[in-house]
Amino acid sequence: MQMLAEVDTPVENEEKAIISARDVSVFYGDKQALNKVSLEIPVNKITSLIGPSGCGKSTFLRCLNRMNDTVEGCRVEGKILLDGADIYDAKVDEVLLRARVGMVFQKPNPFPKSIYDNVAYGPRIHGLAHNKDELDDIVLTSLEKAGLLKEVRDRLNSTGTGLSGGQQQRLCIARALAVQPDIILMDEPCSALDPIATAKVEELIEELRENYTIIIVTHSMQQAARISQKTAFFHLGEIVEVGDTEQLFTSPKDERTQGYITGRFG
Amino acid sequence: MSFSPLILILLAMCAFGYWYGTKKALVLSESRTVRVFSSRPHQYGMYVVVWGAVPPVILLVLWFVLSITPFGASETFTNLIHTILFPVAILLTGVIGVYFSLRSIDPELRVRKTLEGVVSGVLILASTISVFTTIGIVFSLLFETVQFFEKVPLSEFFLGLEWSPQTALRADQVGSSGAFGAIPLFAGTMLITLIAMIVAVPLGLMSAIYMTEYAGNKFRATVKPILEILAGIPTVVYGFFAALTVGVFFRDVGSVIGLDVVSESALAAGVVMGMMIIPFISSLSDDIIMAVPQSLRDGSYGLGATRSETVVKVILPAALPGIVGAILLAVSRAIGETMIVVMAAGFAANLTANPLEAVTTVTVQIVGLLVGDQEFDSAKTLAAFALAMVLFIITLILNVIALVVVRKYREKYD
Repeated sequence: MQMLAEVDTPVENEEKAIISARDVSVFYGDKQALNKVSLEIPVNKITSLIGPSGCGKSTFLRCLNRMNDTVEGCRVEGKILLDGADIYDAKVDEVLLRARVGMVFQKPNPFPKSIYDNVAYGPRIHGLAHNKDELDDIVLTSLEKAGLLKEVRDRLNSTGTGLSGGQQQRLCIARALAVQPDIILMDEPCSALDPIATAKVEELIEELRENYTIIIVTHSMQQAARISQKTAFFHLGEIVEVGDTEQLFTSPKDERTQGYITGRFG
Repeated sequence: MSFSPLILILLAMCAFGYWYGTKKALVLSESRTVRVFSSRPHQYGMYVVVWGAVPPVILLVLWFVLSITPFGASETFTNLIHTILFPVAILLTGVIGVYFSLRSIDPELRVRKTLEGVVSGVLILASTISVFTTIGIVFSLLFETVQFFEKVPLSEFFLGLEWSPQTALRADQVGSSGAFGAIPLFAGTMLITLIAMIVAVPLGLMSAIYMTEYAGNKFRATVKPILEILAGIPTVVYGFFAALTVGVFFRDVGSVIGLDVVSESALAAGVVMGMMIIPFISSLSDDIIMAVPQSLRDGSYGLGATRSETVVKVILPAALPGIVGAILLAVSRAIGETMIVVMAAGFAANLTANPLEAVTTVTVQIVGLLVGDQEFDSAKTLAAFALAMVLFIITLILNVIALVVVRKYREKYD
């Protein structure tokens, strides 16, 4: 995998980008879902993608770890550079890519296994632990980082699907962390949760920012405003506006952005 | 009086009732004052037909049952019942039904509800007929089985190691006295079923995994129907294939590598039976694997798992109970399968675990016992019923377990 290639620094005086998407277009069969989207994802920050349903933000997110490969008839054009190397290059192993770019989904999807086995799943398939102690260590650290350890310490062997919705989602985050990714993609991670569980997950996402680059798709503009540093507004398969979250929400340049964030459409 | 003229008269009455009832309702509906008439004219017609037909038909059935089951009344009384009482009663109920239902037609009568009740009654009848058939089959087996066990002790049947059902027909005939140890038959059945499962389970399961997880839509749309054609081949054709092609092939291969394989080996019958069951297992497992939520696959891929890792570590464990159920259903199919083994397996009851020898199965012996001239009180013939009863109970238990397992699994993801 070409991960160690030269970092090609983009424009001056912009912060260091870990991912840069250039003219990315996505087609599902004949239907075009994304049209020439370009976006720089800053390292160790939270970038949120907002926009009305069907605008392509989830599609874009799923391009970043090539999850779209599993969708039949999906075609991606353009370049997505991760540390300067194109992840759609024929030589790139998408399995290793996904180990580096983790993902958390809209609906909590723990495997029907024990809490321990859920978290240990990734480390086991990638051989990250050499013995039981190391594996225990990874599992406990990941649960700790996901803020779930206190709640489940004495029932690691009970099934993951028995947890509450919010706990399940944090378990899924722990599961993603256990593979030690650099980047975590989150596809509306709070949309199936109640406000209290949402607050916990949001708090967790903000803590994770120190060590991870996070890209989050959200329908909640308050959420985007609360937790992210950079925001991109998608509309009809294109990026309308992108900028610092504060600037985008207080003084949007485009009138479509203005319309969306003030609730006039979407 | 016989049935047919009575039935014709009833039909004519119903036709008249329908026509007249509809006409009366039409007249009423033209002079109606409310916007919605409770029922349509033809429904009033049907209402009359129901009243004119259902009670006489019930009586007809009763009459029919009485006429085939003799009861201890004197002959003149029986004659009286059959020539006068029933025909008159039937006609009378028909006439009364038509007359009063015609009279009662009026806009206030809620005919639609009555008809709905009739429809649900007919549907209930249709669905319970198969239940009653099952019960009837069980009883028809039960009585003969009890008779059999009066002649042959339970211990000999269930524990005996020798099966040779030929008995002397006449007292002066020289013949074997018969041995009814069913163990070799059940052992043969198990051996062939085991071979069939060794063939069918891996192939069926793997083809289901390929179809659901790997194949593209186009491939799936083409190949899946072809696979299912396999399920539509009559088992007698599989029987030819086993007896004339596969059996001979195994014998020839055996003679080349120096093994003594008989041409009606358990191996040939089992392998072909396995072929027959492949589509059964693959299409059941296919449905079960498809029911595993996509989100679990996404979760696994998202962590960097490959397809095969996802299948082995996430999808199969999640689908396992359902797959076990599918396999149990397939086992009960294999145990009850007759035609392939009749044609491809032997008749000699060998107690052996060697798949290269000829064995016989329960179903083959049942066929053997009942083909040709039989006397229905000899232990030989009755043995067929006992075998069938045991077979029925085994497959029934397997099916019940399988259905419970499958149902339990379904609830998990709904």
